[in-house]
Amino acid sequence: MANILEIKDLRKSYDGGFEALKGVNLEIEEGEIIALLGPNGAGKTTLISTICGITSATSGDVKVAGNCIKDDFRAARSLIGLVPQEVALEPFEKVINTVRFSRGLFGKSRDEAAIEHILRRLSLWDKRNNAVKELSGGMKRRVLIAKALAHEPRVLFLDEPTAGVDVELRKDMWDIVADLKADGVTIILTTHYIEEAEAIADRVGIIAKGELLLVEEKAKLMARMGKKELEVQLTEPLDTIPKSLANYELSQTHDKTSVVYTYDTRGERTGITQLLNDIAAAGLSLRDVSTRQSSLEDIFVTLVQEDAA
Amino acid sequence: MNWTAIKAIYIFEMARFFRTFLQSLISPVISTSLYFVVFGAAIGSRIDQVDGVSYGAFIVPGLVMLTVMTQSISNASFGIYFPKFIGTIYELLSAPISFLEIVLGYVGAAATKAMFIGVIILMTSFFFVDIQIAHPIAMVLFLVLTCISFSLFGFIIGIWAKNFEQLQLVPLLIVTPLVFLGGSFYSISMLPPVWQTISMFNPVVYLISGFRWAFFGLEDVPVATSLLAIGFFTALCLGAVYWIFKTGWRIRT
Repeated sequence: MANILEIKDLRKSYDGGFEALKGVNLEIEEGEIIALLGPNGAGKTTLISTICGITSATSGDVKVAGNCIKDDFRAARSLIGLVPQEVALEPFEKVINTVRFSRGLFGKSRDEAAIEHILRRLSLWDKRNNAVKELSGGMKRRVLIAKALAHEPRVLFLDEPTAGVDVELRKDMWDIVADLKADGVTIILTTHYIEEAEAIADRVGIIAKGELLLVEEKAKLMARMGKKELEVQLTEPLDTIPKSLANYELSQTHDKTSVVYTYDTRGERTGITQLLNDIAAAGLSLRDVSTRQSSLEDIFVTLVQEDAA
Repeated sequence: MNWTAIKAIYIFEMARFFRTFLQSLISPVISTSLYFVVFGAAIGSRIDQVDGVSYGAFIVPGLVMLTVMTQSISNASFGIYFPKFIGTIYELLSAPISFLEIVLGYVGAAATKAMFIGVIILMTSFFFVDIQIAHPIAMVLFLVLTCISFSLFGFIIGIWAKNFEQLQLVPLLIVTPLVFLGGSFYSISMLPPVWQTISMFNPVVYLISGFRWAFFGLEDVPVATSLLAIGFFTALCLGAVYWIFKTGWRIRT
């Protein structure tokens, strides 16, 4: 699959000298969903804003389907749709008019069938003649998506689309994203919610302090950096871990009723059988055993902490 | 040129005007009628004529200009300031449109609204005074040019303003005094010589003089000078708007 977005050494510095982006390089294939994770102030929104033309880059190059965002800004921007982080909408305008406006702004001629299709897809058709201010917060977020889709973009940027929305709406958003992907739309989303990236992204990028720490396929990342934990629940609380178990680097839960063993799933041997034998040899009785796969969140925290160190 | 985008901005802005059509219209009509009552009937009855024109009729071009200038500025400044205030400016900045197209859309709509109100004011004046327009084409030309140039000026104010107070600051502290001191209600020739000289530095004098010439053939400054002045002001505003979009001043970080 060809690259729809190519970012080369993108830098952004503000007047005060603060470097929001420190040479970001990224290539995104057409049709994929990439989630950019990062703490507050990491540079996620600056990256999106720079690509979309809201912020000017200090240096570097961005191409959308081969079109430079500076020299061929018309061609580049016409391929992009942006859903901003803040709910920014004209409050007194009707839903359908605000979507028509967005389509016109991107140079597309009026097409009522296309507008109806978008509004129906986002369950906004019944609200089309309502003023935006009359809508709920979740509906307003849908209007933002409808506006971003009004000109049928090939690349959609979603800047924290589910920030502050309830669980049900978040799941709805994920469904919408899945639908768009099925239509071949490339989606770049920033999020604080690791579970969001875990649920819908093909690739995950981790950004901190203006640098892209890594970009990797979600499944590979989880496999490469994912650790598994074996929790062994004991029948009696354990004050100290016996010396015979020191090699396993076990940790204890707060109530001291369990010991936790972390192991690498890629290793030839996990050491679980030997550990259980040694626990029995140490005279400890087991109540229960469970395992847990480390989440993307754990990986994210580890990477950001490593970078901070 | 992205004409579809210009049309979209224009229609969207005009929709805002028509949503508040009555208040957009009634307010200037009432204020102008009050000016006619106060200046035309009450004070005007004590002033005979100005260069052969009744005082009530004499102030009509000044009143139309006063309304058109303030309306152009307020419509254009609010038109671009409001998207900045509520955050929808992101859509303009990320759309495949140039600065010229944005300006054409916003300034075009603001100028249309101001012209619409200007025509209504002119029609209202017919109820109060008997008035003849000596040069109707020139009158329309001055009206259009004034609407465009002051809408451009308003657009700059809207981009410059960081809050609603600043949005009102320039119109209240600079434009209104300039319009009042620019011969809206009197002829510059009625002033003492030193004030006549000072008035020549007021750009509004040239606009009102030119507009009044279109009505009565009377002029404080030659009509060609008036046209040059308005052309210069328009070019100056266009240059400023071009610089704003080129540098992204107060709109793009």
